[in-house]
Amino acid sequence: MNEPDPMTTSNRLSSAFAKPHPALVCFLTAGDGDTAANLDALVEGGADVIELGMPFTDPMADGPAIQKANIRSLGAGTTTADVLRIATEFRVRHPNVPLVLMGYANPMIRHGPEWFASAAKDAGVDGVICVDIPPEEDDALGPALRDAGIAPIRLATPTTDDKRLPAVVEGSQGFLYYVAVAGITGMQQAAIESIESNVTRIKQSTDVPVAVGFGVRTPEQAGKIARVADGVVVGSALVELVAEHGADAPARLRELTAGLAKAVHSAARAPRKEEKA
Amino acid sequence: MVASKANTFHNQPDERGHFGDYGGRYVAETLMPLVLDLEREYRAAQADPEFQREFDDLLEHYVGRPSPLYFAERLTEALRVGSPEGRGAQVWFKRDELNHTGAHKINNCIGQILLAIRMGKTRIIAETGAGQHGVATATVCARFGLPCVIYMGAEDVRRQSPNVFRMKLLGAEVVPVTSGRGTLKDAMNEGLRDWVANVDDTFYIIGTAAGPHPYPELVRDFQSVIGKEARQQMQERIGRLPDLLVAAIGGGSNALGLFHPFLDDPDVKMLGVEAAGHGLDGSEHAASLLGGFPGVLHGNKTYLLQDEDGQITEGHSISAGLDYPGIGPEHAWLKDSGRVEYTAITDEEALEAFQLLCRTEGIIPALEPSHAIAAVAKRAKEMDRDTVILANLCGRGDKDIFTVAERLGVEI
Repeated sequence: MNEPDPMTTSNRLSSAFAKPHPALVCFLTAGDGDTAANLDALVEGGADVIELGMPFTDPMADGPAIQKANIRSLGAGTTTADVLRIATEFRVRHPNVPLVLMGYANPMIRHGPEWFASAAKDAGVDGVICVDIPPEEDDALGPALRDAGIAPIRLATPTTDDKRLPAVVEGSQGFLYYVAVAGITGMQQAAIESIESNVTRIKQSTDVPVAVGFGVRTPEQAGKIARVADGVVVGSALVELVAEHGADAPARLRELTAGLAKAVHSAARAPRKEEKA
Repeated sequence: MVASKANTFHNQPDERGHFGDYGGRYVAETLMPLVLDLEREYRAAQADPEFQREFDDLLEHYVGRPSPLYFAERLTEALRVGSPEGRGAQVWFKRDELNHTGAHKINNCIGQILLAIRMGKTRIIAETGAGQHGVATATVCARFGLPCVIYMGAEDVRRQSPNVFRMKLLGAEVVPVTSGRGTLKDAMNEGLRDWVANVDDTFYIIGTAAGPHPYPELVRDFQSVIGKEARQQMQERIGRLPDLLVAAIGGGSNALGLFHPFLDDPDVKMLGVEAAGHGLDGSEHAASLLGGFPGVLHGNKTYLLQDEDGQITEGHSISAGLDYPGIGPEHAWLKDSGRVEYTAITDEEALEAFQLLCRTEGIIPALEPSHAIAAVAKRAKEMDRDTVILANLCGRGDKDIFTVAERLGVEI
């Protein structure tokens, strides 16, 4: 063992969602720009959870903003080792801020799920969101993550009906990511009524916190969603700032994150399953 | 005699859509309920004699099936020249290039559009590389009056302008894809992005035996008409089954269509032919099985062209239809099980075979089956004269004459 880890994986994530206010989850693509400086800006701005995107050649669930970030990152030569190094260094600078890797199956399982789970654990990663491993294919990565003490974070969507929901919730740890629109990242926003009714439905079958993402760009939208969910995920809007401002991105990221954090943190936290009974 | 379950190659995939370790349903959660719906509807269609009747009727009267089985006598003779004494197998072709639209692709499109209609879907999307699947999809959409959007890499739109015009004539909207490198895999990514955003009304007609379960199974089943006909035609013509089946492989649907009905005939050997491009020793090829590693892309686990970090690399082949970095998962399983042998043919060898068939048989083949013909030419010389090779002539070469002319240094 190297540095003693002040907080274990599971309690970093659960602490973030146990705060007296909803959590702001911020996404950036690893290796796109000065990722360390950009991630620090998110934390300084008030992000409660960091999602670090692993670049992939074929990001089929992503809209243009994150697709381009993937291409820029890979074009700059980013490797899986680089992503893990970014995570490791983040963990040293921010011992208590939960860090989640998000990406696609192939780079994660290239050298076997155990290799990936162990490398992610060593890098201080708390959770993993894999877009293209649904519950039906959990064996491809889920058991290795759980054995390593890393939370497999599942996605639920507007098409996840009541019949499927138990399978999605089962085995999901850390938080559940509710994808607000049937579509790709960074495009249209969902109606707040639809988000509210779906989050309410999901929370009836789990006490894992529910964070809502896809199409959330402004503090105003984030604040509305935070009133009905445990967390709000913002990605494309941040990634676009990196694309637009390059070396000057940290200041812009800090500014937008602060606005988002203010809106999200001032919303009342959604009630948990056990509190509703 | 009924083959026992353990000794059959016909019991794949399992109920989760796995062919051994391969296949499966590696899709975003948004699409999971849709692929489960599709599977339910496909099972219902399989049990519905009316579905089969309509499929058969369209294949007969619209597509022009059964396609002929043809003994290529002059090619056989040409290959015997210079062969060792007593060698030089008889070469036969399954003439799927004579289908309406000029390739095997239409067989699958007929099946899938009937499923789409059963499911009440009102909009069709598809991806295409060389444009053959796009043309076949646009064709069935025109036939059934459904709007159709075809995603095609911007680079392929440029290279295959005649097929783009054909699709437009048929009423399809062709969307050039500029994301990524602008080739077939990027078109497939864009198709998946469209589908995920239009889940209520849209049916995705995938063009090869790949993608999330049940696509690999249902595409194989629809294409199996090739092998079923060939099996019966061989019996009628020569009173026995062929010794070797040969087919080109991009995603692998024409090969599976031919092979699948013969998998449990132990005396019938099978050879799948991948595109070796400029050669397997470099990175300029499209041979996922011979030059790739297992991984996950586009909804299934299979052999992929990829680097050490699992990033997908671009394939290369003179044939745009073989230029895909993955392969249908059933081929991955057939390779590992040893039932089918796989080889690869370079651009140069395919070009030679293309010209050989033109001159010996008066048939201009597509560049895809030209790879199969090149492999046939090699094998025939090693086999006895009384043996029989059956190759799938899966497409005609009209679309490829510009590419071939360019490679031969001819201006047209």
